[in-house]
Formats: sequence, structure tokens, C-alpha cells
Amino acid sequence: MSEFWLHPSLLLLAGAALLPLVPRPAKKAWLLIVPMLVFARTTMLEPGNHGAVRFLDWTLVFGRVDGLSQVFGYIMALMCGVGTLYGLHVRDDSEHIAAWTYVAGSLGAIYAGDYLTLFLFWELMALSSVFLVWFRRRAGSNAVGLRYFLVHMAGGVSLLAGIVLLGQATGGDLSFVRLDVEHPTPAAWLILGGFLLNAAVPPLHAWLPEAYGEATPNGSVFLCAFTTKTAVYALCRGFAGMEILVPLGVAMALYGVVYAVLENDCRRLLAYHIISQVGYMVAGVGIGTQLAINGACAHAFAHILYKGLLFMGCGAVLHMTGRSKFSELGGLYRKMPWTFLFTLVGGLSISAFPLFSGFVSKSMIVAAGFEEHRLGVGYLLMLASVGTFLHTGLKVPYFIWFGEKRCSDETWQRASEPPWNMGAAMAVASVLCIYIGCRPGWLYGMLPNPVEYHPYTSYHVSETLLVLLFTAVGFFLLIKKLAPEATISVDLDWFYRKGGRLFLRAVKGPLQALDDVVGRFYRAGGLGSVRGTARGVAWFDGRVIDAMVDGVGGVVRGLGGWLRGLQRGSVQESLLLALGAGALVLLGFVLLR
Amino acid sequence: MRLVRVIDWILAHRVGVTRACGLLLGVLVVLDALPGVVDKEHAHTAVEKLPGFWAVFGFLGCIVLILASKAFGHAGIMKREDYYDE
Repeated sequence: MSEFWLHPSLLLLAGAALLPLVPRPAKKAWLLIVPMLVFARTTMLEPGNHGAVRFLDWTLVFGRVDGLSQVFGYIMALMCGVGTLYGLHVRDDSEHIAAWTYVAGSLGAIYAGDYLTLFLFWELMALSSVFLVWFRRRAGSNAVGLRYFLVHMAGGVSLLAGIVLLGQATGGDLSFVRLDVEHPTPAAWLILGGFLLNAAVPPLHAWLPEAYGEATPNGSVFLCAFTTKTAVYALCRGFAGMEILVPLGVAMALYGVVYAVLENDCRRLLAYHIISQVGYMVAGVGIGTQLAINGACAHAFAHILYKGLLFMGCGAVLHMTGRSKFSELGGLYRKMPWTFLFTLVGGLSISAFPLFSGFVSKSMIVAAGFEEHRLGVGYLLMLASVGTFLHTGLKVPYFIWFGEKRCSDETWQRASEPPWNMGAAMAVASVLCIYIGCRPGWLYGMLPNPVEYHPYTSYHVSETLLVLLFTAVGFFLLIKKLAPEATISVDLDWFYRKGGRLFLRAVKGPLQALDDVVGRFYRAGGLGSVRGTARGVAWFDGRVIDAMVDGVGGVVRGLGGWLRGLQRGSVQESLLLALGAGALVLLGFVLLR
Repeated sequence: MRLVRVIDWILAHRVGVTRACGLLLGVLVVLDALPGVVDKEHAHTAVEKLPGFWAVFGFLGCIVLILASKAFGHAGIMKREDYYDE
């Protein structure tokens, strides 16, 4: 048992639990101060293992602080502040509580020193993030959220099964360290499955565009940062150098790009580009050299900021106009010029333009590929960069703010710059994107391995400019081909969305018919003895069982009536409060006892 | 607002701005080909040393991505928006 160690997640969970008690005038100050304290706490952490707790036969380590966990913890806490600033106008406490509990899950997973602690926080992330989808409160939100939740539960079960097998194989040692990636055991495969699902690696990716396109504008800003990048962290920690991650990562990078061409909803397009960008990181983890791991971490860091910025820009458009489809927008630059400018900064950053953040991070992974003489990897990742600029740098800004005006009169009337806090959050993220691009030393100084990489060579700058600018030429030549079409694209979620219905139909049709036939035989051969027994059972049921059930029913009704008095809002809000309080009590108990 | 005026000015001078951009692209390709300006020591493969290699890569890559993705989409992937509705 070690001395008490103040976990950043504990701070955030306490802040979330106290939020409903904070009086309305002080609410905004509270929303700003708590993430700042959490960020300050993450920057003050001393390297080493802290918060070790004996639990049954295991030692749980809540605070493993080293180079790898620090760079991820730093950016997660920073993004929590930026995201909360963006959502400052949201008056619904539960949305903030869900977001903070979600971030607490991510920070907890990052600082976890063993697989059990990792699993605990991993599930907390899935449980709390689903509320950010549900709180959109549209007709389809519940179904989307439920699918998201079920998919993540499946991933969680895979992870847990892997952990159980691992514990059995190692005799109870569950430290979260690199697994044997040259000869992976079934335990390693199962754990990898859980990680890959959260990293949205095809074919386990279809939950991502669906949920991130459906969540609240504020919710998507949080969602786009934490789940996938926590998974990248977990992959860096457990599976660095695993060969299969290289082709998977490259395939992901291109898969996201292809679907982004077809997408009509701007936030779903950005979501497909998360898949594409996380593909670079997964490939980097697979290459596994010092440069590649540095690249994966640096790219995750830069990605959280610029992807957050892009979701903030498109979320602002959605918040103000109520629209997110290209076929219902267009020509908005006169109404929302600053939102356009900030989104463009995000677009140039993700496209790796010189002087923007992606330039100094993405190229590390590509360079690591070329250095290891994996030419195919290098060229295919360059091709994915072409697609990235094509969509996020050109298509998103062009079809929302320029081009033909396709919005209705009502949309046009509603469009204007978003509330000040949304603008401020976008400005902060933009400044950080440009700062990283211009002064990469700040980011490089935080990376887990020593950095001997110089992004600003004449060749690299010239190569990037030529690739990107000539992509723009292609875009403007084929712009008619890219005109928005009001369609949706079938992805691998088809299998569980349509497949589930096929299953239902199969049950309703043939299985029901079979049941009828069996029933008919049974009735035809109905035996007197069965009826006699049934009569006896019915007497017993009527006299004895019913009396007992009535008694229990009376008690339950009384309890229910009492509980009804306690319940204030919708079921989802109550559920969330219970969840947040449960997490806080559990973490507090374990760390403080 | 000043930002809107800048954008309006660019849009009003569309032809001129396009020509200037074209000129800039030409200059960049030429600069890239001059060994004194861009040091191709860092090139990973021999083919990258061809003048304008990355320009052609970007342009063709963009065209191929758009055409191939759209063909893929129209082969049955893109559906009506109410496709999943009951």
C-alpha cells in the first residue's frame, strides 16, 4: 500500500459529481476551473508507479507515470479544457457530467499500470460516452447509442476474456506491459481485438461514423478525441512492433478516405477521416521503431487538437443552422466567416501543410516507413494524405462556406457566428495547431523516445507543397463529380443493422411455423394425465403462489412509489448520475482506504 | 467585416487569382527541379528524383481517388437516405 496519490481522474469525477450542486451563476467558472486543475495536476505528476492498491490477489496500479503515459495524459487533459470551453453554453449539467466522466475514463486508462485497472476505466469510457450520443435526443439517437454501446460491450468482453487468459498464463501477473508480439497467444489476440475495436480498425470500425455523426455538437468534440486515441496509447504500450498492424493501418488510412468521398454529412466525413488518421498511428505502432512510435504519439497529440477543431467548426454550423449535410448547406462564408477560417486551419493541419501541426507529426510515420524500406507503406500513406487534403482541406470548407447555396431560406436566416465560447475554443485550438507546426520542439520534447528528426528540410517542404497543391488542381477540375448527393453509404454496420432484421424475420417465419406444428402435435396427442396434473398445479398456483406474489407485489409497489418521488428527470439522466456517483465512490474507496 | 471583404475581393478577382496560383505552381515545380534549391539527398527512392514527381503523384492520386471511390459508391454502396428505415 502506497501513500495517497491524487489521480487526475478523481479530481475530474469529483468536479462532475459536484457540478449539479454549484449555483447557476458560478457554474461557468466551475466548468472552466475544474479542467484547469486537472490539467495542472497532469503536468505535476512525478514519474514512477503511484497509487498501488492490493485488491484480492492482485496489485492494482492506478498511476504509472512515464514518458508514454505523460504525453497522452497531457493532451487528454488539455483537450478536456478546450472541449468544455466549447460546450460552456450547454445548460444541461448531465452533458458535462457525461463528458467529464468519459475523460476521467480515458485518463484512468492511460495511467493504469495493470490490465485490470485498464479494463475498469476502459468500460467507464464506453458507459459514459454513450450518453453524449443519447443526449442529441433525436428520433434515431437512442437506437444509434444502443448500437454503439453494444459494439463496445462486445469489445470489452474480448478484452476481459484476454485479461483472464493472460492472468492464467502468467500466474496472476497482470502488469500492463508489452506482450509477446512475435508469438501472440490467444490471450494477446483477444486483448488486441478489444484495442482494435476502440481504435476503429476495419472491420471493427462501423460504430464510429454512426455515433460521431449522431452525437450532440459538443459531444462529438469529446468523442473524436478520447476513445480512438486511448486505444492508440494502449496499442503503443502493448503491441509495439506487431507486424500485422502495418497492413491494417495502411488499409485503414485508405478505407477512411474512400468512404469520405461518398459522404454527404460533414461530421460523418470527419469521422471517416478519424479512421484514416488513426490508420497512420496504427501503422506507426506496427513499424515499432523509435521514430515510428514517436510519430504515432506525436500524430495522436496533433490529431486530437486539429480533429477537435474540425468537429468544433462543423458542430458550430450544426448548432447554428441545425444542418450538417452538404446538400443542405453552401455559401455560408458571409454568415460565418470566422468559423470558416478556424475550420480551414483544422483542414490545413490535418492535411499536413507546412507551418501547421500535421506537417511535423504525420511525416514522422511516413519517414519511419521509408526508412525501414517499406516503400509500399510510404507511398500508400502519401496517397492517403492526398485524400485527406481533398476532403478535409477542400471539400468540407468549399461545400459548406462556398459553392452553390443549397440551404433553405430558414437555414440561411438562422446561420450566424456561434456563441463567444465556441469561437474562443476554436481560436485556442487553431493557435495550438499553428504553434505546433511552427515550433515542433515543444511537442518533440514530450515524446517518449529521443527525437532526431527535422521536418523542415527543403525536400520535405517542396514534396509536401507539390503533392497538396496539385491535389487542389485535381479537386477543382473534378468539382462537379464531387457535388453533394443526398445519399447514405452502406458500411459494415449493414451486417448487424440489416442482419439483425433478417434474424428477426427468420425467427418470425420458419421458427414460428415449426413451433406451430409442434404445438399442433402436442395438442392432438394431449394427454389426460397432463391435464390432470395441470389442474392440480393450477390449484396450488391460485391458492399458494398468488397469495405470495400479491404480497411481494404490494411491497414492490410501495417501494416504487417512494422511488418515483426521488426520480426527477428522464431515465437516462438518472442512469448517468448513478453511474458517475458509482465510479466516484469506487475510485475514492479504492484509493483512499 | 474585414474577413468577408477579403474573401469577396478574392472571389471578385477569380480569374486573376487563378492565374496567379497557376504561375505559383509552375514556379514551385521549377524550384523543385533545381538541385541548388531543393536538396534531393533526402529522397527515399530514385523515382522521386524525377522533376515534378510529387506534383504528378498528387494530381493523379486525386483523380484516381475521386473516380475510383465514386465508381465504388455507385456500384451499390450509396443508398437512399431512408434505406435503414423500417
